[in-house]
Order: sequence, then structure tokens, then C-alpha cells
Amino acid sequence: MSIDVPDDLGYMESHEWARDGGTVRVGITDFAQDELGDVVFVELPDVGDDVSKDGEFGVIESIKAVSDLYAPVTGEVTAVNERLFDAPELVNEDPFGEGWMLEVEANDPDELDDLMSADEYEKQVQ
Amino acid sequence: MPLRTPPLRGAHDDRGASFTDFGGWEMPVEFDSIKTEHTAVRESVGIFDVSHMGEITVSGRDATALMQRLVTNDVTALGVGDSQYAMVTDEDGVVLDDTVVYRLSDESDATAEDDGASYLFVPNAGHDEEAYDRWTGYRDEWGLDATVENRTEAYGMLAVQGPDAESLVASAADGDAADLSRFEARWVVVDGVECWVARTGYTGEDGFELIVPWDETDAVWAAFDCQPCGLGARDTLRIEAGFLLSGQDFDAEENPRTPYEAGVGFTVKLDTESVGRDALARANEDGPDEAFVGFRLTERGVPRHGYEITNADGEAIGTVTSGTVSPTLDEPIGLGYVPVEYDDPGTDVSVVVRDRPKSARITTTPFIDQ
Repeated sequence: MSIDVPDDLGYMESHEWARDGGTVRVGITDFAQDELGDVVFVELPDVGDDVSKDGEFGVIESIKAVSDLYAPVTGEVTAVNERLFDAPELVNEDPFGEGWMLEVEANDPDELDDLMSADEYEKQVQ
Repeated sequence: MPLRTPPLRGAHDDRGASFTDFGGWEMPVEFDSIKTEHTAVRESVGIFDVSHMGEITVSGRDATALMQRLVTNDVTALGVGDSQYAMVTDEDGVVLDDTVVYRLSDESDATAEDDGASYLFVPNAGHDEEAYDRWTGYRDEWGLDATVENRTEAYGMLAVQGPDAESLVASAADGDAADLSRFEARWVVVDGVECWVARTGYTGEDGFELIVPWDETDAVWAAFDCQPCGLGARDTLRIEAGFLLSGQDFDAEENPRTPYEAGVGFTVKLDTESVGRDALARANEDGPDEAFVGFRLTERGVPRHGYEITNADGEAIGTVTSGTVSPTLDEPIGLGYVPVEYDDPGTDVSVVVRDRPKSARITTTPFIDQ
């Protein structure tokens, strides 16, 4: 099965992606959603909450598994994808698009440099 | 200890299944997606490899006497080709395993003698060896004349389940299988292979289970052109149906339960000589303190095995034994034990999910219309 790994994102070992676009958008990868299977529940922080790099920011549950979610940067949550509360299957259907989870105003955008490139992440999940 | 592998391990791998350790067996948990597989069974038909289920045969002059003393149901009520759901309990009436007992047909079993009755029963994954030891141990202790064989690795087992199972089985089988009534079984040739075909299942749908010679399992599997389903969908389907899972909804060590507590008192016949009968008669007279119930969460969350159930005052009253988000209802549902004063449908309770109580309501099972 082929796994989508977009070139323009940074990746964590724990299978979150980060997209730098002023604020940092965060989600989980295609590989991660495929491993989890049908996502049935997503627990996310509130707008205004602080998250810290490599710290837990939420929980994702599929029918068969429960996983913590980890933040790629330290900062304040500026947006949360509330659609996932009623339609968690968006994480399966479009993990890099409509299945996004958070936007974070990063305190130190240089933290993004610590993330893996698409090539590096692809090697990890092969 | 290496995992036992079903005869179809290679075929499942080729089909892209993911696997899990279940009762010491490496079994397919998911082929496409649990929701897809679950929906196929509810709306049309799906096939499961359940070769992790054990098969024990009991024959010989005292076969009936041995069976009658080791399961809770009345096996003398079984005619040839009948089957029944039954509990295996210990002497204290604690459920060790649940099983289906089939009375085999004489024609198929040339070794059967005397009253001709011979039996096949199906222990859960990983319970076949303890069942074999229990049956042979008691046989010897009681001096009974019965042959007990553990055929778990002589047979594969497939389940074809769903509203379209009847027509699919009818087209795949040479003999007439579609006219089997619920809990009836007989030997039927499927794609040239003689299989023990029973109208039983674990999904809450109509369906069939086929016990197949190990080496022929792949041919019989291939004779059914339908959605392959893994243990993930088997679990969501049985939870919606309110069925017990051995080792999860009861466990002789970690969660010992009588059949009355587990909601399967109907499998206990107190006018038999089963080893747990005296204890079960007392338990029946006293009535259980706790009851196995279904519940729905009325807010978002996923109930899981081991989560605490609390009352309106926040006091711990029970434990979730199984839970999921129902693919049919798209709602969180679960099963568990609560004191009998909380077991009425409509009673408000909470389920504690990661330290936070989530509102729930006791509900009748099955969760789905049948």
C-alpha cells in the first residue's frame, strides 16, 4: 500500500506533521491514520491553551487503539479543527487536509528545524 | 512461546491484512477497515477466519455422561445435528469458558458406538488445551469410557455471516445447507470439501460457521466471494449484539462470574449433574449481586475494557468490560457489570474516561434491532 508523504511538511517520530504558514498547522500522517484504522474520537485542547514541543496535546482513538498526540512546537493554540468532534473520520479521509487538528502560534519558529524532512520520515515508516 | 498460525495465514497476508495476537494465535484483525467489514456483515455478508477457536471431540459409550457433567446446559436435549450454547464452569459455578456443543451425526463418525452420541465443542482461543485436560482428567477420575480428542489443529473454522449468508452458502455448498435452522448443523460438501456446517454465529446476524479440515481451509475460504472480515469487526459486531467475550467480559482469574451474573443463566440446567450444579443452585436461589449490562455514552468518548463505572454521586460501582463506538449506531456503547440496583434500562451512570466522568445510560441489549 502506498503512503502519502508530502514534501512541504515537517514530521515527528510520533507521526504528527507540521506545516509552517505563519502559524503552524498540525495533524497526523497518512501512515498514522492507516495504522490506527477507523478514527472514532479526537480530544483536542482549547483555543488559547499552551502546548509545548514534544508534549501531549490531545488524544486520538480508533476502534482498536488509543494514542496520544504530540506537539511539534511550543506556543499558543490559535485554532482547533472542531469538525473532527462530529466527523473524526476526516482524519482517515484527508489526514493532511480536512483532517488537520491544531494551529499553533510558535514561540520559536526555529523549533520546526528539528523536525524530520519528508525523505527522513519516509525512511522511518518503510 | 511462538504464536499459533491459522491455515490461511499466507492468504491473509497476500490480501493485505494486519494481524494481532489473540489467545496465542496470530489472527487477522483488519483487512480493509473495521467499519467497512462491519457494515458488510450488517447489510450483506462477510467471511471471517476463526480458526483460533478450538475443536474438541468426545465420543464413546460415556460421551453423553462426560459432556453432561462438564457443561451447564442439558446435552441430552440435543438431537443429532443440534447444537446449544453452554458454559464450562468450575465446582464453584465460576465460568471458565463459554462454548457451543454440537451433537455430531453418526454417519460421519465411524468410531461412535453404543448410544452413538458423539459431540464436538468449541472452546475459545487458547482454551483448547485446558478444556482437553479438564475433560480427560474428569473422565479418568470418574472412570468413564470416552474418547476425547483435541482437534484444534486438525480443523480450520470459518464464519459466513450477514443477511445474504444464506444465499451465498446455498450457492457454494453441494448439499442443502440453506435449510438448516438456527443452531442446527450437518456435514455438507463445499467446493469438494466435507465441512461441518452450522447455522450459528457471533455477530447478531443470520449466518453459518464451517468447521473445515485444516489443509482444505484455503479452498473453502476461496469458495466464498465476499468481504473478508477480521477480529476487529468481529468484536464490534458482537458488542452490538451484547455477546460475551471469554477472557474479557468474564475471566476465571481476573473477573470471576457465575452464569447468572454474566446474563447467561438460560444456559444453566439445574436438573443435570454438572460439576458446578450445587453452587449454581445456591447462586440462583440467592440471585446475583451484580448484573452484566449494556450502556450508551450520552457524550463523546470511547468506553474501553477496565474503565470505571460510577453512580450519580461519583462513587465507583462497576467496571466496563467491553466498549467501542458502534459502527451501526455511530454512538459509543459498552458492556460491563454494575450492582443489580443499577441494572434497570434508563438508569443514569457515568463512565470514567481518562479521569473524566462521561454521562452514560444503562440500555437493553442487543443494541441493534435483530
